[in-house]
Formats: sequence, C-alpha cells, structure tokens
Amino acid sequence: MKRLIPLWITAVAGIVLIISYFIPPLQSWGEDAAIWFDVLAGIAFILGGGNILKIHLKKISDRVPGWGFSVILLTAFLLTLFVGLSKIGVHPNPLYPTYAWSGYYRQNGTPFWWLYEYAFKPLTASMFAMLAFYIASAAFRAFRAKNIEAVLLLGTAFIILLGRTFAGVWLTSWIPDDSGFAGLKIENLTVYIMQVFNTAGSRAIIIGIALGIASTSLKVIMGVDRSWLGSGEA
Amino acid sequence: MYEFLKNLDRRWIFMLMLLAVAIPILFELTFPEKPTGLAQAVFDEIEALDPGDKVLMAWDFDPASEGELGPMATAFTYHCATKGLKLYYMSLWPVGPQMVDDNIANVIKTDFPDLVYGVDYVNLGYKSGNEAVIKVIITDIRGLYTTDAKGTSIRDIPMMQGIENIQQMDLIINISAGYAGTTEWVLFAVTPYPDIRLVAGVTGVQAPLLYPYIPEQLPGLLGAIKGAAEYEKLVMDAYGGDIPPERKNKYLKGKLRMGPQLIAHVLIIVLIIVANLVYFTGKRRGEVS
Amino acid sequence: MQGRTIVWTLLFVLGGLFLVLRATTGAGMAKVYVKPVPTVVGDVSWTDHELATPGEYAVATAADPNQTDIVLSFWRTFGVWVAALFTLAIFSFLYSDNTLYKIAESIVIGVSAAYWMVVGFWDVIVPNLMGKLVPNMVKAWAMPGLKEDAEYLYLIPLVLGVMLLCRLGPKSVSWWSRWPLAFFIGVFCGLRLTHYLHGNFLNQIRNAIVSLVIVDNGSFDFWDSLRSVILVGGVLCGIVYFFFSFEHKGIVGRTAKVGIWVLMITFGAGFGYTVMGRIALLAIRLEFIFDDWLWLIDPTNQRIGV
Repeated sequence: MKRLIPLWITAVAGIVLIISYFIPPLQSWGEDAAIWFDVLAGIAFILGGGNILKIHLKKISDRVPGWGFSVILLTAFLLTLFVGLSKIGVHPNPLYPTYAWSGYYRQNGTPFWWLYEYAFKPLTASMFAMLAFYIASAAFRAFRAKNIEAVLLLGTAFIILLGRTFAGVWLTSWIPDDSGFAGLKIENLTVYIMQVFNTAGSRAIIIGIALGIASTSLKVIMGVDRSWLGSGEA
Repeated sequence: MYEFLKNLDRRWIFMLMLLAVAIPILFELTFPEKPTGLAQAVFDEIEALDPGDKVLMAWDFDPASEGELGPMATAFTYHCATKGLKLYYMSLWPVGPQMVDDNIANVIKTDFPDLVYGVDYVNLGYKSGNEAVIKVIITDIRGLYTTDAKGTSIRDIPMMQGIENIQQMDLIINISAGYAGTTEWVLFAVTPYPDIRLVAGVTGVQAPLLYPYIPEQLPGLLGAIKGAAEYEKLVMDAYGGDIPPERKNKYLKGKLRMGPQLIAHVLIIVLIIVANLVYFTGKRRGEVS
Repeated sequence: MQGRTIVWTLLFVLGGLFLVLRATTGAGMAKVYVKPVPTVVGDVSWTDHELATPGEYAVATAADPNQTDIVLSFWRTFGVWVAALFTLAIFSFLYSDNTLYKIAESIVIGVSAAYWMVVGFWDVIVPNLMGKLVPNMVKAWAMPGLKEDAEYLYLIPLVLGVMLLCRLGPKSVSWWSRWPLAFFIGVFCGLRLTHYLHGNFLNQIRNAIVSLVIVDNGSFDFWDSLRSVILVGGVLCGIVYFFFSFEHKGIVGRTAKVGIWVLMITFGAGFGYTVMGRIALLAIRLEFIFDDWLWLIDPTNQRIGV
C-alpha cells in the first residue's frame, strides 16, 4: 500500500505519457495527465507555504537561537498571504463592477502590489546582484593557468569577456574588415568560438544529458530506481 | 605587495567590483554597438511578420534577472507593437505576469495608447507546471487558459476567438531566465511541431547551452545584456525615429548597461592575471606546490 | 572599540548625514508622483493612480501651483526608501554577516513564499480546479465571466492535492503524499524521456551530420570545411570523453583528451557569459539606488525641469 501503489502510479503515469507521444489518438490521455500535473503543481505552492509555517512555528515554540528572525519571517509571510488572498484594495473588474472579488489581485497600487514592488522585487534582485561580487572573488581565487586545459579555459574566457564588449572591437580595430585576417578580430573570434567550439562542446553535453535523463526516467518508470520513495515505511 | 596580494581580503575585490560598475553608471558611460548575426536573425524573424500576425510573448523571468532581460522585453514589445502584431503574453514563472504588466505600462500604455487590451494585446498570465503547461497548450490552449490574467473569460476576449492552440501563433518570442524557459520551449513545442518558429532572449548563463539548437530549432538568440543592446540598436535604427530624443533612453537600457559591463569585464581579466602572477611568484619562491 | 564597530558607525553616520542633506536640499530625492484617475462603472466608483514623472509634476505645478492632477504618493515614496534600505541591507552581507542582513533575508523568504502561494491560489487553484468542479460558485464569487461547465474528472487532482497536503501532517497520514508524488514523478519522467530523446538526442545527432567538405561556386571553401570538421570532431571527441565503459587509454584516451579541450573552451565561454549576466544584475540595483532613490542620475529623463 505504502510502496507498491506509488510504484504502480508512477509506471502508469509515465507509460501513458510515453504512449500518448507516439499514438496521436491517445494524445488526449497525455494532455489530461499533464493538466492534472499542472493543477497539482499549483497546490504544491500551498504545501511549500505550509511547510515554512510549520518549520518556523516550531522554531519559535522551541525558542531555538535566532527564533526572532522566524517571527519576522512569519509576520512577512502572513501579511503578504492575507493581503493577497483577500484582495485588499483591489477594485472590481470593470466588466463586472458588482462583483467585489472579481478584480485583478496583482493590481497596481494595492498592498499586495506594494509588497511585491518594494520588498519582493528589491530583495530578490539584490540577492542575485551579490553574485557579481562573488564571481569576481572566485575569479581571483580559483583560476590558475596550471596546465593546458586551464589555459584553454582562461584564454577563451578572456576572448569572450573582451569580445562581448566594445573593448574587443577597439583592441583589434587596426585589422581592416576586408583583410584576410578579419577573422582574428576579437569580436569575430568570439562569434567563431561560440558557433563552433562552444556548439560542439554544448552539443556533446546535451546529448549526454539526454541519454542520462532517458535512462534515469526509464529506471524510475520501470520501478528499478525507487530512491525517491525514501527508505522508511512512512 | 606580493604578501598583500597573496592574502588579499576579498572585500577589496568586492569594493573594486562595486566601483567598476558604479562609476560608469554615474557617468552614463556608453559605447557603440555592432549587431551580430544572431541579433539580426531575431530582428529579421519579427520583420518577416505582417501586421495582424499573432505572436506569443512567453516571458519566463522574474525581477532577479530583470537587469539582463528587462531591456530585451522592452525592445521586443516596442518592435512588435510598431509592426502592428497581435501580442499574446503568458508566463511559466509565477512572477512573470508582473513583468508583463510592467512592460505593458511602460511601453504599450505610454507609447501605443491606441492599442486596445483584448483586441491588440492580452496577458494570459501564469500557469504552474513548467513544461507540462507547454505540453497542454501546444494542442489545446483552453485546457489550461480559461481566463486571462485578470479573470476575464477568454471567450469574451476578441483576439482569442478561433485560437485553439499555440501552433496557430506565427512566432513565439521567449524571454528566459532558466527553468522553465527556452530549452523547454525548444523541446516541448518546436521539436514535436517543427513548423513553429521560436526566437529567444536569454540570460548569459543559459546562452552557451542553447547554441546547439541554432538555427534548426532556434533561428535567433539574444544572449545576455549584449544581445539586448544589439537588438535595441537594430530596433531603434529602424523604428526609433518617431521617439523624442529625451525618451529614447527608455529603449536603450541595454546599451547603457554595456558601459559597466566593459569596465567590469576588464576588472575580472586583471584580477585573473594578477592572481596568476601571485601564484607563479609563489611557485618560484617554493611557497606553492 | 572594535574595527568592525568603527566601520559600521562611520558608515551609518556619514550615510545618514548624506541622506539628510540630499533629501532636504535642492530637488530632494526618492519622490514618486501619481495621477489620480477616478473611474465610475454603473453604481461603483474607484480611483486608479497612474504613475507620473517628477518632470510632469514640475510642469503641472509651474502652470498651477494648486493643481491636484499630479500628486505626491506617500506610500510609493515610502516604498522607494524601503526598497533602497532592503538593497543596502542585503549588500551589507558583503562586509560581514549582520542582523540587518538576517532581517532582510527573513522578509524575502516570508514574502516570496506567500507570494507564490497567492499566485498558486488565484492563477491555478481558482480557475483550473475550483472553476472546473464548482463553476457556479466561482462565477458568483470571483470570476463572473467564467463560462465553463463542471468536469468531475477534476476530482482526481483534487484528491491527489489533498493527499499531497497530508505531508504536513503527522507520520500516520504523511505517507499518503507518496501517491501524488508518484504521479508527479511518473508524468515528469514520461514527459522528459520522450522529449529529451527527441530534441536533445535525435535532433542533435541530425544537426551534427553536416558535409565536411564545403564546395562553394565550384571551389573548395577551406574555412567553412575546417569549421565543419571542428564541429563534428568536437562533438565526437566530447562524447568519447563522457563514455566511461572503456578505459581512457590509447586512441580512446587521446580522443577523450581532445574532448576535454573542447569542453574546456565551452566552459570558458560559459564563464565569460556568466560574468556578463551577473554584472547586469548588479547594474540594475545600482541604477535603482542612483536613479530612483538618490536622484543622482537621470538616464531616462524623468526629472527634466525639476
């Protein structure tokens, strides 16, 4: 019941999707399964939110070090949830003005929009902006031209870094466009590296990934790989 | 000097990076752009469309990557609106519709006030499920999209009349910040239905891995902010004449961000060279194995 | 006093002084203006607020100092300050871990988790689940334009969804979540198996089959031929490197070595592009600080005449 039925569900769902790809009359089966998948993915957001609530309520009740931050987190969480679900400040859809709940929940100027615009947006964007600093630090600490492989990597990185800005154009602007050496201009080298070497390397990688995904998927569908069920009974 | 560099506190590197990006922004440093073949291919795909043709604007990004992708989004909307195309916006990312709303407010409502929502453009909004969403709408858009983002039934939206699936789109323009994004559009839309035309604007992280799809599965690609700057130039050279000079910079944000790019790229190269000099000096002195 | 405390104190005092001076002198900073747009539909009325530029406000006020067509928005102005302080709080982690950063981090997790929940509810659960099972209720409540009939097949995702939420409960019920999880994994594997094999395996092999000798207008094109040879050879060598069933010795080893070189060039290109992306992300935050908050620059000419 706890392991066998899930294995059967996985097998049936997987096989339905595979069959529907090859047999057009059965395409609607695959579509229905995909629609249920999409709806479940929406419900998974609630699971994610519920999980955060559960973990941080426990942290607060156990008074673990740093529980004050859990209070802040839950306050932000519950406030956003409340203003978003209850559509605070949202006017009705002009097509249906008598229906108070018919408005657009992302409407500009509402508290939910305010939390997005002045909290969610700057905070997430700043978190990702930090990566610029860390990539500079990593470049200083990690890249050493120790062998031919590292030299190839660094050399390519230099050409791309220069060739994707005006610096590359300026550095080799002395090579005439119509000369036989125009291909050595940094901006042209960049294009050549991307379209030839990078395409070849990336193609080898994605062919490898495709084979890996196909074999893993088959193992899961056939019930050979059961690691996703975990080791316990529950 | 050697000892200082060998034990360099990373916060000095952070400071240098901050200055490398901040100073060009403060001085509004810009450089000329020369479009490459892939940007031209994206431009040409849109140019080949006729007024009234349908374009699916699949915008799969959020504020975290707006710095790279925002300028492309602005230029795509401007180009398509200028051409008189019908714009169908949708997103596989939860925050995507917000990006669409911002873009509609910044471009369509300010510079194309005559365009009517539901007739010339529509925001279909977000659906969860990533590639499974593409799997459904490629054959039956109404299987998932019964309303637009604002809750209006799609049966009441004039430009949705007769639209059964996204194979009916004349072009798909995807802006992608990761998963789900351009790879999924290639694999789940273009691969099984090769008649679909797809062009994309993507983050720098994704761009190299998308080259193997060019040109068979992906005719045009804008990679990172440089791709945006190149495409902006093509659009502004062709259609920017009517925009007053004081408002033109709204459509040249990619070009503006190429100033800090240049200085920061040079900084990264200098950092790597200095680090290697320190490494080889240490090796010569026998301090590094 | 510790060095770190001195640095923080200096930063706060100097930064605070600069902000006070900037906000109280000249045109000021960080102000957001809106145009109130009253809307009346039948018996219902409300006021929308469209964004206006400081330049438009300056022009309107110069024409009529008592005008109310464009007004300062307190909440949006306050929002710009909040957003700027959040940005600085996140960046403060670059110096060292601190309480301000941890507060900002807690807020971003809380707000984003709730944001996605709200999106999941209004964009998916209401139209795609409730709208299919109880369309009349949804019509009467939130989506009057909905024109769908009830489809009871949607009881299946509903039941699976409830089972998924059992994961939040005690162990005696949490195992029910394995059923929807199994469905998720099955669909995911089925979708990926077919599409990855088709698009990333078969199509990529097809894309790699190109003519190695290019003849253009009757003459041999050396550069295009070389390009094709590198493209095909690079793919083959790269694949050989990933092939671990044979020991990488002899001809296999030498081929794999060339494969590594091709992959290193690919990774170098990937590094260059990644740097490019990261810098653009930092640029937009600094543009926000310098343009929207401090009003030090005006690249889009929002404040002409201010």
